[in-house]
Amino acid sequence: MALFERSKFARLMGGKKKVPDGVWMKCPACNQAVYRVEVESNQEVCPLCNHHFRIAAHSRIEYLVDEGTFVETHANIASTDPLQFKVGKETYTERVERAKGASGLDEAIITGFAHIDGHRLCLAAMDANFIMASMGSAVGERFHRAAMDAIEERVCMVCIAASGGARMQEGILALMQMAKTADAVRQMNEAGIPYITILTDATTGGVYASFASLGDITLAEPQANIGFAGKRLIEGALKVKIPEGFQTSEYQFNNGFIDKIVPRSEMRETVAKLLSYLTPA
Amino acid sequence: MAGKKKKSKGATDTILPFERHIFELEDKIRATESEEERKGLEKQLQQERESVYPNLSPWQRVQLARHSQRPRMLDYTTRIFDDVFELHGDRALGDDPAIIAGIARFQGETVMIVGHQKGVSTEEKVERNFGMAHPEGYRKAMRMYTLAERFNFPILSFVDTPAAHPGIEAEQHGQGPAIARSILQGLSTRAPIFAAVLGEGGSGGALAIAVSDHTAMFEHAIYVICPPERCAEILWRDVEKKELAASALKVTAGDLLGFGIIDTIMPEPGGGAHRNPDGAAQVLAEEIEKFLAASKKGQWSPQKRQEKYQRMGEWYEDLPPAACVVADQG
Repeated sequence: MALFERSKFARLMGGKKKVPDGVWMKCPACNQAVYRVEVESNQEVCPLCNHHFRIAAHSRIEYLVDEGTFVETHANIASTDPLQFKVGKETYTERVERAKGASGLDEAIITGFAHIDGHRLCLAAMDANFIMASMGSAVGERFHRAAMDAIEERVCMVCIAASGGARMQEGILALMQMAKTADAVRQMNEAGIPYITILTDATTGGVYASFASLGDITLAEPQANIGFAGKRLIEGALKVKIPEGFQTSEYQFNNGFIDKIVPRSEMRETVAKLLSYLTPA
Repeated sequence: MAGKKKKSKGATDTILPFERHIFELEDKIRATESEEERKGLEKQLQQERESVYPNLSPWQRVQLARHSQRPRMLDYTTRIFDDVFELHGDRALGDDPAIIAGIARFQGETVMIVGHQKGVSTEEKVERNFGMAHPEGYRKAMRMYTLAERFNFPILSFVDTPAAHPGIEAEQHGQGPAIARSILQGLSTRAPIFAAVLGEGGSGGALAIAVSDHTAMFEHAIYVICPPERCAEILWRDVEKKELAASALKVTAGDLLGFGIIDTIMPEPGGGAHRNPDGAAQVLAEEIEKFLAASKKGQWSPQKRQEKYQRMGEWYEDLPPAACVVADQG
């Protein structure tokens, strides 16, 4: 059932580009037509069923931090093509260019400094519009540097995670970013820098199995898909039907892997509250 | 007669197409009674081996790495260690037979061992879930890291897994967080860590116990971000493109050494480890000996290990994206 909804969601996203000024949009969760403006003014949450749409990293930052305080860092770190990877006629370099065009971003993660309710922090936000927010060397390096910034400036680190996993086009080097980002977390731990993760739809694979699940405090948006192995892979491997609600935020909360499920509308005040406890003196 | 026929069929099942000619030559050598003919055939066999094995395609190496007769962790540990005391359980949920852990003695020195065991017989393979670990397995490994650190034992890790187990219970028990914490512990532990990639180093399930001061990889082993079949399915939308995916992913020991992900390639005896497990075990034992000797000289430190992983990856810095494209099209 969930799979069916996902494919519809993909179609909806595809259609969105063709009619950018459409007045109506369809919510993939409740299948109702809703005013686009109403959704957008509601932090891109369905006003009818509370479905949290997948949103761009810049929107996430806008909803989370004090207005005008975000200053991007490490935008100079970019992907290379270490494997000379090619699918059909498209090289990986061309794939990255296509992702840049589609997302308006230069990588799947944006890092920077910002304030939330006056607390200065270091922030990393991932964006599924960029090759499923997969993690290659540039993502790993940006995250690592952002963590080092947090240590140097003695501020909290907040990561808004979303990812399909490690980026296949960078092969084993992408896999090793799991170790690199885990080491960034290790350094924050040793330096006493608080690290908060916010898991969003979807946080999976190598990102979930590294820095996304190593937070001192783990928050998640409602109904996000969070897990290691993809549902389709599990279904294919085990030939079983996946239970309803599998790998949702609520499922992971019940299994003890999430501290609190926070609706998007309350994320800012929740993180602000945590920062008020945690910001290093 | 019928028995003989059956036996030869059984043997061909485990012979890969590119090995067939070699097996035929070996059969001929066994059958011949003429000393002269034998010498000729042996020379031919040597030449055939030298021409086949160094020139295997990446997909052929994947096949060798997964060869049903390739030695498994236990085939090595029984040959290499004086004795092994296996330890069980993750102290939370259960014991994962896909990961074997324990205390062992290597040339009189106490070491901590941990690794994937894929299984040999069908029964064992099922019991050990083909070496695909659950979170319980990674948590057991973490226990070993903790013990090794406390008692100052070096850790020897043996990597041989297609992937971490994709399953409902594994997710329920925290597969992602378990792998993440295992990696984190591999990075932080004060105990020196040696990792050997025996056959398949598959994805996060391998990396979870592969973070090390020194990683050695067998000549025909592979180490991948994901199985080539899965990559083919996702990027080419066709599982039959697995050979293409295997080439594109750069999975061989030579590739990995070039990227600085592993530190040494362990040469396999003629025809591969599965043709000569004793020889392969000898190679691995020598590598462990070197590692432990270097350890006594203080060659490894957590800081060096951490810095190694901090450096991993390739990226452009301060180069405008447009220039990258031009440079690449060069």
